[in-house]
Amino acid sequence: MVDRKEQRTAGQEDAQTLIGYYRQMALIRRFELTADQMYKRAKIGGYCHLNLGEEASVVGLMTALQPRDYLFTNYRDHGYALARGMSTGAVMAELFGKSTGVSKGRGGSMHMFDTETRMLGGYGIVGGQLPPATGAALALTYRGDPGPEAEAVMCQMGDGTTNIGAFHESLNLAAVWNLPIVYVIINNGLGMATTVEAAAGEPELYKRGCSYRIPGERVDGNDVVAVHDAATRALDRARRERQPFLLELMSSRLRGHSVVDPAQYRSREDVEHAQAADPVPAFRQQLLDSGVLEESLAQQIDTESREAVNAAVAFAEASPDPTPDQLFDYAYATPVPNSPDTLPGHPVTGMP
Amino acid sequence: MTDTTYRQALNDALRSELSRDENVLLIGEEIGLFEGSYKITAGLLDEFGPRRVLDTPIAEEGFVGAAVGSAMLGMRPVVEIMTLNFSLIAIDQIVNHAAKIHGMFGGQSSVPMVIRMPGGGGQQLAATHSQNLEVWYAHIPGLKVVAPSSPADAKALLIAAIRDDDPVIFLENLALYNTRGEVPDGDQVAEIGKASIAKEGKHLSVITYSRATTVALEVARQLEEEGISLEVVDLRSLRPLDRETICASVRKTSRAVVLEDDCLSYGIGAEISATLMEGAFDYLDAPVRRVAAAEIPLPYAKPLESAALPTAKDLIRVVRELLAATSFTR
Repeated sequence: MVDRKEQRTAGQEDAQTLIGYYRQMALIRRFELTADQMYKRAKIGGYCHLNLGEEASVVGLMTALQPRDYLFTNYRDHGYALARGMSTGAVMAELFGKSTGVSKGRGGSMHMFDTETRMLGGYGIVGGQLPPATGAALALTYRGDPGPEAEAVMCQMGDGTTNIGAFHESLNLAAVWNLPIVYVIINNGLGMATTVEAAAGEPELYKRGCSYRIPGERVDGNDVVAVHDAATRALDRARRERQPFLLELMSSRLRGHSVVDPAQYRSREDVEHAQAADPVPAFRQQLLDSGVLEESLAQQIDTESREAVNAAVAFAEASPDPTPDQLFDYAYATPVPNSPDTLPGHPVTGMP
Repeated sequence: MTDTTYRQALNDALRSELSRDENVLLIGEEIGLFEGSYKITAGLLDEFGPRRVLDTPIAEEGFVGAAVGSAMLGMRPVVEIMTLNFSLIAIDQIVNHAAKIHGMFGGQSSVPMVIRMPGGGGQQLAATHSQNLEVWYAHIPGLKVVAPSSPADAKALLIAAIRDDDPVIFLENLALYNTRGEVPDGDQVAEIGKASIAKEGKHLSVITYSRATTVALEVARQLEEEGISLEVVDLRSLRPLDRETICASVRKTSRAVVLEDDCLSYGIGAEISATLMEGAFDYLDAPVRRVAAAEIPLPYAKPLESAALPTAKDLIRVVRELLAATSFTR
């Protein structure tokens, strides 16, 4: 665990930067609480995994990532989409399955994607994002030289992902090909209900890069500044030296695995511990205590977050549903003859 | 026209595309120094260097997925999987990722990549190394699946696959690599999604693809001497499937046999039969017949392996049975 005080002196953020972090964390918190409500009102379908409790990690990472960099995440991706700069309305519209959603309503909660902000997908299959992220880093080596201004890739995953083959194959490829990629593990201690200790032969997950000589670091994921600084260092190394890095952020899941999981398998102590460590009120209080933030401004930020999310809901509600005639719009990128385009129960070929 | 092998036609297509487009990149196990397990990439490392001809560790899920990600950033990777059987290790990246990314993200990113791999039995490689599995991939929306039977089609379809913006599964067959044929000079670009009439005929349609097309053509040549005229429909593209060409052929001949190297149940033959029920039922003089492999993990021992795989003799027998059942007269 990197000492927080050391990090502070290393990175002396100014007040505006810290307030900016809080603003993003508050927005994600409000967005996710609202998404939970909207799911329960059946405005959102399918699976829905929230970043509640991970706001400091999300914002620390996304403020370290530059606009020129590429991001791949897992399915717990709403906060990343927002912090990466996608519009709150378009992210909510994606949850609502509307044609104005970031993925035009084709992907839903787990599949936020935006070419503009270079978030190349939330991915619903555990580990599925790792090989493509690794390949994106490979592509970067074909179009630029290493250096402080070079592009890099960040690939986020959960703790459970470190047990799947794709994790190990990807890290190995990144090592032998010297790729500019930072793998980030959000370790909230639980893969659904399975603890890290029960699932991982090496539960100190940042050490799992050792087999590939990929250095790792474990950081307090509730400390937005520590996360930002660690991610910045890892990205800088990736840019300058084309060396991969494995960053582990110790975090807590405030709710169940997804919105429908009451998490009855968790002990009262575990839940209380997670709530006590909740990074959003903690960071707010820290900024108030240090005089960086006035209570009035804090309240104003909270109000603005609520208004932004309410506006996003209104936008999503008012947006048009995609229509059945658009069903085959993205069947192929290159149209070819005889591409299937029949609806259920319709003939695939005519009888003359 | 140049007389060349299927292997050389593939090599020519790769060389030509590597020269034409600097974003084309070959990725695979032992494709560089070793020149490929079946020597399809012979000479390409020397000519284009290790950046363009990238040897990988034995990690199919990793390098197929890496090709997906590189394609999302504008590269045009051509992946060689040593044999089709090993593609099962990469199936998450092929089915859940390469096939889905364009549609699931609302058309924002295409995945212009090719996965080349040889399948097929008859080489005494036993059960795990003798599969075809084309229906696994042909079943998946978002993929394009081609299976050329001749050197000319191999070259023209590989060039088309590399220039296509979607993931294309390019199915080769071990028994085809040494076959020869005339290949037009220059870079012909085939149309993915179109079948071809490999031989015109009037009495019975044999619908087939890949290696089995060469069997069907040989049988057609033999039976021609008896006055039996077979039409051979070479599917070439398994997804999309050119249903109109299949139905048009059978509407003309009124008899259909599907010849496939893979096992029978849920196979290409089943799909073709269903298509003919819909598009040529009134024209059929008898039920469609299927000639396919026996449904058993393919044994190593030659007598057992040979018994399991469809042959020219099987096709001839079924053709005769079907003609007899429909009171065929010359």
